[in-house]
Amino acid sequence: MTGDPGEEAQTQAVVSDQDVVRVRQLVRTAAVTAKLSLVDQTKVVTAASELARNTLVYGGGGSVQVRVVRQRRSGVRVELADDGPGIGDLELALTDGYTTGGGLGLGLSGARRLVDEFEIDTAPGRGTRISIVKWAR
Amino acid sequence: MALSTDESRRMADRLRTDSADLVATWVAKAGAPLTGRLSEGELRRQITELYGVLVAALDEGMTDLSAAPGGELRAVLADLSRGRARQGFSATETAVSVFTLKDALSGRADLADPAELRDFLSFNRFIDELGLFTFSSYSAAREELIADQAEQLLELSTPVVKLWEGVVAVPLVGTLDSARAQVVMERLLQALVDTGSPYAIIDITGVPAVDTQVAQHILKTVVAARLMGAECLISGIRPQIAQTIVALGIEFGDIATKATLADALRHVLRRSAARTGGRAEPVA
Repeated sequence: MTGDPGEEAQTQAVVSDQDVVRVRQLVRTAAVTAKLSLVDQTKVVTAASELARNTLVYGGGGSVQVRVVRQRRSGVRVELADDGPGIGDLELALTDGYTTGGGLGLGLSGARRLVDEFEIDTAPGRGTRISIVKWAR
Repeated sequence: MALSTDESRRMADRLRTDSADLVATWVAKAGAPLTGRLSEGELRRQITELYGVLVAALDEGMTDLSAAPGGELRAVLADLSRGRARQGFSATETAVSVFTLKDALSGRADLADPAELRDFLSFNRFIDELGLFTFSSYSAAREELIADQAEQLLELSTPVVKLWEGVVAVPLVGTLDSARAQVVMERLLQALVDTGSPYAIIDITGVPAVDTQVAQHILKTVVAARLMGAECLISGIRPQIAQTIVALGIEFGDIATKATLADALRHVLRRSAARTGGRAEPVA
């Protein structure tokens, strides 16, 4: 492992359902490169899928950056950004079962449980930026 | 605007003189790049038709293709492009049928005469317009074709199979988006009616990731099947999917889930044996 903060990122615009599928494929490829176990691959792919769908549905579209990170361990970092309305009450949005879009209300809270690092930067009118990392064990 | 009304009428006259020879040259030049993949008779028919509507439109003083007199010309060009697109010709091979009119005309102009030169230059621009229109009709036709195929694939990829007397199964493979989930639900419910099956198994072995949307689609399908009086099981839940579902916090409630399709079938057969009073016979 080198101390290199990361390899070149791959960017995918998210404007349709097909793009969510593409994000999943990008994350899966990165997860395989980072040598994540099958369970961790599935977890990070699922988390990215949830968040990308949120970007599409609630953020009105945005972009996703996927990169393999190599520090002491290797891992996958996924960064999602949109310029949508942002999240007013983050606490509430992260509550299991809370939804404004007719879903199960588990996407955001579930995605947080599926990954090792979860950072969210949002405010009403400022859009939403989310960064997640899953490390290889 | 590519042509003035006067230019348009003058070109119509020019195209009419010795028309049989012009069409023959045009057909020969247009046919060359197609290397015999389109029969000469077919090509001649298309070019003759195109020639006919082109002269008619020019006669009416058409100034550019989007103007009103061009309606029929647009229809003929769109038809030609669509036909070529469906027959597998490339966009270039399609547009060349229009552009070769320039070659066919080139021998006929006296370019030393400034007035005639101006006419031909304008007409050249006009043919470019026709060519561009052919390109866009061609790509529109191709997109239609792709959309059709995607739809066919959607149907193909969601078979409902009869596994046993009274047991139908849907083996899901690939991504389950909203459109496919809808098709799956419709087909499963119809199969339940058609076969009178009291049991349905949804097998998700081939689904790479189960996120909340996929889970929600599956849950809705199960509830719909239950409303119709059928019992619905989910099978093919692999270890990594199980762990992901738990971490996400999705609950399948009282829906029976099994690791493999074989387990699900065994479960169903046992249940149906109990129903029919101990005989391990299929349900009537």
